[in-house]
Amino acid sequence: MRLTCPICGERDRREFYYQGDAVMLDRPGAEAPAQDWADWLHLRDNPAGRTRELWYHEAGCTAWLVVERDTLTHEVFSVGLVENADAD
Amino acid sequence: MRIDGKGRVDRARPVSFTFDGKAFSGFAGDTLASALLGADVRLMGRSFKYHRPRGVLTAGSEEPNALVTVRNGAQADPNTRATMQELYEGLEAVSQNRWPSLDFDVLGVNDLAAPFFGAGFYYKTFMWPKAFWEKLYEPMVRRAAGLGALSGEANADRYEKAYAFCDVLVIGGGPAGLMAALTAARAGAEVILASEDCCFGGRLQAEDEEVDGEAGCSWATALAGELATMENVRLMPRTTVTGVYDGGTYGALERVAQHLADPGDAPLECFWRIAAKRAVLCTGALERHIAFRDNDRPGVMMAAALRGYLNRWGVAPGRRVAVFGNNDDAHRTARDMHLAGLDVVALVDSRHDADNKAGDVPFYPGWQVARAHGAKGLESVDLIGPQGATKRLQAEALGVSGGWNPAVHLTCHLNGRPVWDERIAAFVPREGAVPGMTVTGAARGTFSTAACLREGAEAGLAVAEALGHSGALPVIPAAEDTEYRVRRLWAVPGKGRAWLDFQNDVTVKDVKQAASENYRSVEHMKRYTTQGMATDQGKSSNVQALAILADATGRDIPETGTTTFRPPYVPVAIAAMGAGSQGKGFAPQRFTTSHEASVARGAPMVEAGLWYRPSYFPKPGEKTWRESCDREVKMVRESVGICDVSTLGKIDLQGRDVGAFLDFVYANRFSTLKPGRVRYGLMLREDGHVMDDGTTARLSDTQWIMTTTTAAAGEVMKHLDWVRQAYCGAMDVRFISVTEQWAQFAVAGPKSRELLNGLLDSPISDDGFPFMQCGPVSIGGVAARLFRISFSGEHAYEIAVPARYGASLFEVLLGRAEAMGGGPYGMEALNVLRIEKGHITHAEIHGRTTAFDIGFARMVSAKKDCIGKTLAARPGMIEEDREQLVGLRPVTKGRTLTAGAHLFDKGAEAVRTNDLGYISSVGFSPSLGTFLGLGFLRNGRARHGEEIRMVDHVRGTEEACIVTDPVAFDEDGGRLRG
Repeated sequence: MRLTCPICGERDRREFYYQGDAVMLDRPGAEAPAQDWADWLHLRDNPAGRTRELWYHEAGCTAWLVVERDTLTHEVFSVGLVENADAD
Repeated sequence: MRIDGKGRVDRARPVSFTFDGKAFSGFAGDTLASALLGADVRLMGRSFKYHRPRGVLTAGSEEPNALVTVRNGAQADPNTRATMQELYEGLEAVSQNRWPSLDFDVLGVNDLAAPFFGAGFYYKTFMWPKAFWEKLYEPMVRRAAGLGALSGEANADRYEKAYAFCDVLVIGGGPAGLMAALTAARAGAEVILASEDCCFGGRLQAEDEEVDGEAGCSWATALAGELATMENVRLMPRTTVTGVYDGGTYGALERVAQHLADPGDAPLECFWRIAAKRAVLCTGALERHIAFRDNDRPGVMMAAALRGYLNRWGVAPGRRVAVFGNNDDAHRTARDMHLAGLDVVALVDSRHDADNKAGDVPFYPGWQVARAHGAKGLESVDLIGPQGATKRLQAEALGVSGGWNPAVHLTCHLNGRPVWDERIAAFVPREGAVPGMTVTGAARGTFSTAACLREGAEAGLAVAEALGHSGALPVIPAAEDTEYRVRRLWAVPGKGRAWLDFQNDVTVKDVKQAASENYRSVEHMKRYTTQGMATDQGKSSNVQALAILADATGRDIPETGTTTFRPPYVPVAIAAMGAGSQGKGFAPQRFTTSHEASVARGAPMVEAGLWYRPSYFPKPGEKTWRESCDREVKMVRESVGICDVSTLGKIDLQGRDVGAFLDFVYANRFSTLKPGRVRYGLMLREDGHVMDDGTTARLSDTQWIMTTTTAAAGEVMKHLDWVRQAYCGAMDVRFISVTEQWAQFAVAGPKSRELLNGLLDSPISDDGFPFMQCGPVSIGGVAARLFRISFSGEHAYEIAVPARYGASLFEVLLGRAEAMGGGPYGMEALNVLRIEKGHITHAEIHGRTTAFDIGFARMVSAKKDCIGKTLAARPGMIEEDREQLVGLRPVTKGRTLTAGAHLFDKGAEAVRTNDLGYISSVGFSPSLGTFLGLGFLRNGRARHGEEIRMVDHVRGTEEACIVTDPVAFDEDGGRLRG
């Protein structure tokens, strides 16, 4: 598998660390109820298909990335910087 | 036997070798298999289960039978396919899975007991009594079954791994591959051409046919020569592409020096990872067998292999040859054997309406071979004809062709399933199964040489154009262009055992039995019978087996489907995949600048993550580590000790908003910290558990230095990157790890300031440099950083210099310390010192403890948000009944505590339901003359002074303990100051 880091270019997946669902970007506010926090931290969908997930270019530029990928075909649709990502 | 006038081995260069200790001679250009056939050796191995005598079946990497062990001792390489092993002077090979000899094998009796050993026999026979499995059944089965054995010694051979990048990877060096590579390269693409063979040409090397008016093999060699001169082409002979991975990544095994008597500096094999923008798959096709009674006799082989041995190597298993097939290609074998002057006793074609294309040979259309005779080598074959006619013919060699299977394997590695093509009665690749891969030639069912040449060129041009190059089709050379016709035939009906999978000894009956026992899914049949599960992965038998399964279950072949194709295509030695990762190559080693000096002082070095740190510094007369450790602890408490603490993570943070950023990543507040001051910080994970701790110093308004624990340095860096990029994008903060840029030493003990003042260019005082102060200092003109912090609980400093000064500073510090009655101390003493002080490490903050548990709940600032704050406040995270950090010491001085032991109430049975906690760290405190422990005890803070029972189930010990405050020494911290 290869990912195209927006900063470094196309690299082998072994340069990257896989984190998980990009929902981590949508951190609840400090005043949000504990249940929202627990759901955000612990509950994850496990879709067969398109996902938005987080990767870290650990052996490269240390950028955190949002990768849109298909879990069935492994096709990568886009790779963007977490720094520029909109929390949605 | 050698056939005069045939073959392209170099008869002027004899090569001697041994097989089972006996001396033989072959020629340069031989494989071990061809040399053995040339020396009239047909029996080359014994089968896995029944120990049936077996000879070579194929001439390629799909070989199931002729597996041998080459070389000896630590260099022994078991299960080497004799068909892939090129001959070299002095090659030593021995046969496998036989005792005492290949010719007389005691376990050959298994073959007589065969009725008991059918499919599922292991499952049915060895079920009970259960206790017998480990002691009796398994050792017995292991002795009887199996192929080559490992030497049991460390592998002395060199292996390598490597990476390559290209525009176009052409997989397979046959006619299609050569033309694809040529066309793509002429268009300007960077091309890698991988050929499994030692040369290029594929089937052309095995055939007696012309291309462009010259011998096909010569044409291929010339074209490969032209490609070798092109700068944008890399030829990789002896390289099998073993796997297809996402994003155009391919695995490949290069047999770099397997063919050399003396590899010199070359690795035996190299495992490649190739990143290719496009791939052209030209892997050709594999011939399949036909099942009939005793079709595994040595001398029975694939028809095209038989022909290849004749044309390429000039050998044959015998003078009298029969050929049996269900397709036109089998006729070529009969033709070539006949033209070479061999005695073709029969060309048997199961198709009653077939025309003889072999010339003047006895032709049996509509006949089949029903049985082979001859235990250790073929002697005769029985034919059955129309209306039950039978005939027995003497023959030493039988070539069989059940048709050709396109080598679709690589197209299926990304989950693609092949599709059945009735025209050629075989599976062909599904279009677009691998993104970026074009399949061409025989691999997609195109069998004539002319069509392969044309398709290859077209594919090469198409991929080059897809990559933005422009080129043209070359002139397609004239070549063989006959039509391939085949009619299904999987097994010849009749009694007795008809073999499918030779390597795992699976018969037609086994597959039918699996079906009758309702293992109808091809995946279930495979696992129940072990069909296709050997090292050859059933390359010459899987399709027949699933066709027979389809028949037995009343389904057609497409409905039955194939099993899953997975990498690797051929066996790959773990040594090749893990090349460089043995021994010291297993993990990087990180050394501090004081490493050599520590080793020179006899310090045993222990691993701390990837780092190596001194355990203790033994002095003459000290017999145990404890003696050294006790002395070092006393030394720090009484005079001064030096310890390299460079392995702690050091992160340099800069920017106007570092304070705010630290407020967010640490539980406690940092923005209030003044320049020149240091503060201890506690970092939480988002789930409210402790992630790490350490001190952070503010060097100036905008520059801060964070330290992390040695163990969590990488994790913290990753976390800080995440928090900044994901949540703090608007902040003016940048940071970088400077762990390796600074050498840092703890100078700890009552005489620490005295020592430093003899060294610093300007001395320091307690007022000018109080506890938790930091600032720039200078040592002999070298700018350094001084931090007054203490892990030992003593009046202590840490001094940091650029790493290039580390080694010399360490020596200077040691020299001065020793002159004052001090010296270096290692990890053991460091651990005891911190346990005495109740300081935590990752033994305590191990990922399941909270700030509340370790007694730091008040550090979680109420005045600001931070990572982990909300979830750390959940009721379950702060309830009194949680296991809380406590100190422990034995009731009886002199008794021992052990880490990992669990805690129980006095008198309570030591069972899980009564478990109250555990001990996380222990050490003997020379300062207090007793063992001390740190641990976690349910509601522990309320139980100080109580007696509790430590039970170590692993070591079988127990001890009565007193629960105490975690801080056992200098509770008011007076020693830190002054």
